[in-house]
Amino acid sequence: MASPNQLYTPALLEHVQHPDWNFALDDATCSHEGVNPSCGDDLTIHARLADDGTIAEVSWTGEGCAVSKGSADMMADLMVGLTPAEAKALCATFGELVRGELSAEDAEEELDEAACLASIAHMPARVKCAELAWRTMDEMLAGATEPSSTEDGLVPDAGDAR
Amino acid sequence: MADLCRAPRLSAAEAANLEANPYKADFPLLMAHPELAYLDNAATAQRPACVIEAEARFYETMNANPLRGLYELSVEATAAIEEARATFARFVGAATPREIVFTRNASESLNLVARTLGEQVLSEGDEVVISILEHHSNLIPWQEVCKRTGATLRWLYPNQEGFFSEEEIEATIGPATKIVSITQLSNVLGVEVPVAAIAKRAREMGAYVVVDAAQSAPHLPVDVREIDCDLLAFSAHKALGPFGVGALWGRLELLEALPPFLTGGEMIDSVTQEGAVWAPVPQKFEAGTQDAAGIYAAGIGLKYLEEVGFEAVHARDVALGRALMDGLAERPFMEVYGPRDPAAHHGVVSFNVHGVHPHDVSSILDGSGVAIRAGHHCAQPLLTWLGTSSTCRASTGFYNDARDVERFLDAIDTVWSLFHGLA
Repeated sequence: MASPNQLYTPALLEHVQHPDWNFALDDATCSHEGVNPSCGDDLTIHARLADDGTIAEVSWTGEGCAVSKGSADMMADLMVGLTPAEAKALCATFGELVRGELSAEDAEEELDEAACLASIAHMPARVKCAELAWRTMDEMLAGATEPSSTEDGLVPDAGDAR
Repeated sequence: MADLCRAPRLSAAEAANLEANPYKADFPLLMAHPELAYLDNAATAQRPACVIEAEARFYETMNANPLRGLYELSVEATAAIEEARATFARFVGAATPREIVFTRNASESLNLVARTLGEQVLSEGDEVVISILEHHSNLIPWQEVCKRTGATLRWLYPNQEGFFSEEEIEATIGPATKIVSITQLSNVLGVEVPVAAIAKRAREMGAYVVVDAAQSAPHLPVDVREIDCDLLAFSAHKALGPFGVGALWGRLELLEALPPFLTGGEMIDSVTQEGAVWAPVPQKFEAGTQDAAGIYAAGIGLKYLEEVGFEAVHARDVALGRALMDGLAERPFMEVYGPRDPAAHHGVVSFNVHGVHPHDVSSILDGSGVAIRAGHHCAQPLLTWLGTSSTCRASTGFYNDARDVERFLDAIDTVWSLFHGLA
């Protein structure tokens, strides 16, 4: 049994209760929706690119669980100043972290407090919550038009199967 | 072998005392995890030692491929399956063990019914009636057969607590209705559906009646003659048996009239290059080698449940439901779904914590050693109708006790204090 308090840290809860980036950007260069239908997580990521092509600002809107929202807010903090290629690489690093392929210690330098989400690797059903904003960001930067989802290819919610 | 499944036999009054739990010692998993409050019994039950031992005993002393046996061991394996079939028949009040078809689970039983009965009797203009309470396994097979046959799917709606009115039943089930397929107990709201009244109306309209008893079998006495239905499906794993075993009961003459669902070995009398003659019921519906050990152990599980007795089961369901709901009612930040009366919940309490996503609630409870379920419970249309995308659900078994309820309520307070500062 994973302890929830490893996941629901003060850092995560602070981002959930007092998010820094939970608003729509008036002058967004691009916006992209990410949806996990079985959870009801539905987030839209907004980004404004500077003239030099780097990311000037990222924000998020929508509803979801604490893990999906807190993860989105932490991500928005980290994206400022990165080139799109660097941002996509960071999304990939985060994916490795939450799938247990990278330790929190090894990820901390790049992912800062988002590294605290490492413990979700022990809760397979919740990985998609943590990843939603990052996957959506990654696919937005790749030019996706269809909404993103971290449920694609996962075993669906089947706990009451008969 | 009768003494292999001795269960504590408590009166209703004794069973309602949640401070005592003489059942727990019979459940190895609960003994191995003394700090766990297992409240996800509607997803799957825990198994008593006698069931686990029965499965091992089959392999240790009876194992051979049943049915085609020309030697002693295979005859014993066949006898083990038939002993279980007789137990299943008694459990649902069947006229004869031949009315019991073994499947993998209730979903397969319901697919069997939709593919055979549905495709035989439905055509354009006909109606199939289900309810908004249905689990996906009693919904999607009917959606699919309606698509193939041109029939229309119609829905019965209860009131907000989950109770169906006579008017609703009469207005929805009419002359165009050919099949009514309905759950006996909601796996989300815990409410019992008046299946006998619905069956009566369906009969008057000349419709077939199918009952999904997956959720009710471990909580209510199921009697197919009393309900007066034509077919009834349930799974062993929610009723103390192993995974991978389900049953379909059907009226013998109806089972005899239906075509086979799956074909192949074991379900034929004779085969030529041109075709085959089906085996008699129930083997006609049991293609391929069955999970004989699982079926045998599933029979032992039902015997254990019978030994506990449904009066004790119900008394404990009511006491646990009351303790859970009274506890939740003391907390102003909770929403509870379904009947207001705890006695009408049959061990299922769905709820939400205001402002906290159900998946966050379940993860935090998990960390406190409390196992509940969060999500749509395989009943998405019901949750949409309730106006939510997901809920948390605590579901009890007779082997839960006051300590489990206490742990659960403490963990709920942890959720609240984590999200809303110190309690």
